[in-house]
Amino acid sequence: MSVAATGLAPIREGFSPARVAAMMLRYLYLLRSSWPRTLELIYWPAIQMILWGFMSRFLMTNSSWVARAGGVLLAAVMLWDVMFRGQLGVSVSFLEEMWSRNLGHLFVTPLRAYEWVIALIAMSFVRVGIGVVPAAVLAIPLYHYSIFSLGLPLIAFFSLLMIMGWAMGLAICGLILRHGLGAESIAWFAVFILAPVSAIYYPVSVLPWWLQYVAWLLPSTHVFEGMRAVMFDHVFRFDHFIAAAVLDALYLACGGIVFLIFMRQARKRGALMQMGE
Amino acid sequence: MRAPRPFCAGTGFFALAPKTGFRHDARVSTPAIQVRNLSKRFGDIVAVDGIDFTVARGVTAALLGGNGAGKTTTLSILLGLLLPSAGAVEIFGEDMLRHRYRVLPRINFSSPYVDLPHRLTVRQNLTVYGRLYGLRNLPARIAALSRDLQIGPFLDRPTGKLSAGQKTRVALAKALLNEPELLLLDEPTASLDPDTGDWVRSYLEAYRRHSRATILLASHNMGEVERLCSDVMMMRAGRIVDRGSPQELLARYGRATLEQVFLDIARGNERFAPSEAAQ
Repeated sequence: MSVAATGLAPIREGFSPARVAAMMLRYLYLLRSSWPRTLELIYWPAIQMILWGFMSRFLMTNSSWVARAGGVLLAAVMLWDVMFRGQLGVSVSFLEEMWSRNLGHLFVTPLRAYEWVIALIAMSFVRVGIGVVPAAVLAIPLYHYSIFSLGLPLIAFFSLLMIMGWAMGLAICGLILRHGLGAESIAWFAVFILAPVSAIYYPVSVLPWWLQYVAWLLPSTHVFEGMRAVMFDHVFRFDHFIAAAVLDALYLACGGIVFLIFMRQARKRGALMQMGE
Repeated sequence: MRAPRPFCAGTGFFALAPKTGFRHDARVSTPAIQVRNLSKRFGDIVAVDGIDFTVARGVTAALLGGNGAGKTTTLSILLGLLLPSAGAVEIFGEDMLRHRYRVLPRINFSSPYVDLPHRLTVRQNLTVYGRLYGLRNLPARIAALSRDLQIGPFLDRPTGKLSAGQKTRVALAKALLNEPELLLLDEPTASLDPDTGDWVRSYLEAYRRHSRATILLASHNMGEVERLCSDVMMMRAGRIVDRGSPQELLARYGRATLEQVFLDIARGNERFAPSEAAQ
């Protein structure tokens, strides 16, 4: 530890939770200052849930597969949103710094890149909470389905999908650092490339055999298969849980490495001073 | 605009700073900045070309040069925002490439080209940055800065809605939050009207005098440099092509103003070899 120039405050040379909290405060100020941003967080998950709720109601009488577990589509849509919002939570908070051309100021403070990453991840929790919890609660009176009825496995599914969202979010932030705001749209569509192979609304067996190999490389596929096992067969599949956890660890490490590599490249190219709209 | 407040005990942020800090410690003999053989290339473009210079503690020095001379690139490297292609940078005796985080709490910078978040109010921005610097008693600090820099009336307005002059004062408040021992300024009065520009220059003069901080500014405002700086490094095409106090430069070139010296140098009529200039 050393003493700051002012002699007023000790500056931690290592990890500082206070700096992480400062960055979170910055994003919370932003959320608080703009109700349309907060509304947008709630809006899409709620609309998705309402849409798939009616779809489920229709399929309940027309599909024996859906009829076996009424909430299977609703649970899928809400869990998918956890992953999507988890990724977006990281990417959008990161983009806020790009939009406001603030990186140059941030990185002449003692803030470490990994402290910023932790703040981005923490904010993703907050954003997912704001977005998904109201949709989940709304589903109870509207469709008489509570995702909370999944019980403890829900915590596992939620965590595994959040981690995959963070991993993707970090990799996307790295790409935006590398290619500038021209690559901003990656943040909004990248996750959807995984949707068809994540077996969100249907079992993996529906996919062509060669695509199934790709699907099993995604933590999300194991989560959605695991979710259906709980809902249809009332068993928690540890094999899927472990596979998803191992893959998540791998993805998160890769996402973090990609981000830090591109962060260093940005310092080489002078992009931290120039990034902005 | 009122003249900058005198730095009275108990009013401004200097009141918060004990007089027994780094500036008087044993390491004071090391220069504030020492740059050796510093180069930065972007592909085929050489932005900074093997420069050497030292800036002593407690002075105001300037990097002066036209567009593309390498001033901002040099500042970015000093701040650790940009990695050099070759060379070494030491700030307060610490290697910036290896021990950047030991130095960063002791320095700060301001540039009109790097914004503070527009949607956050001035107070929110200062709060976030104050916390990043780990400052204690932050509300008192912000209150003191707001008195000194006369930003009180718009402390709770979004930063993006301020005028250029107000933004400059807010950026200065952010740059002074941690009472830096080394303040790096990129064109500190760019786009300001003469009155506001003069106010900012007076403030910086008073700040350096009182805090004994080192200030390095990049500018192409000759009047500003002449008024504030005791040490001027003239840059062209990534090199330091001459150096001296404003008076020395005027005498050397037989000119009446630094602007004329600048034009001489910009047109390739410098009187010193780069190697001599670096001494």
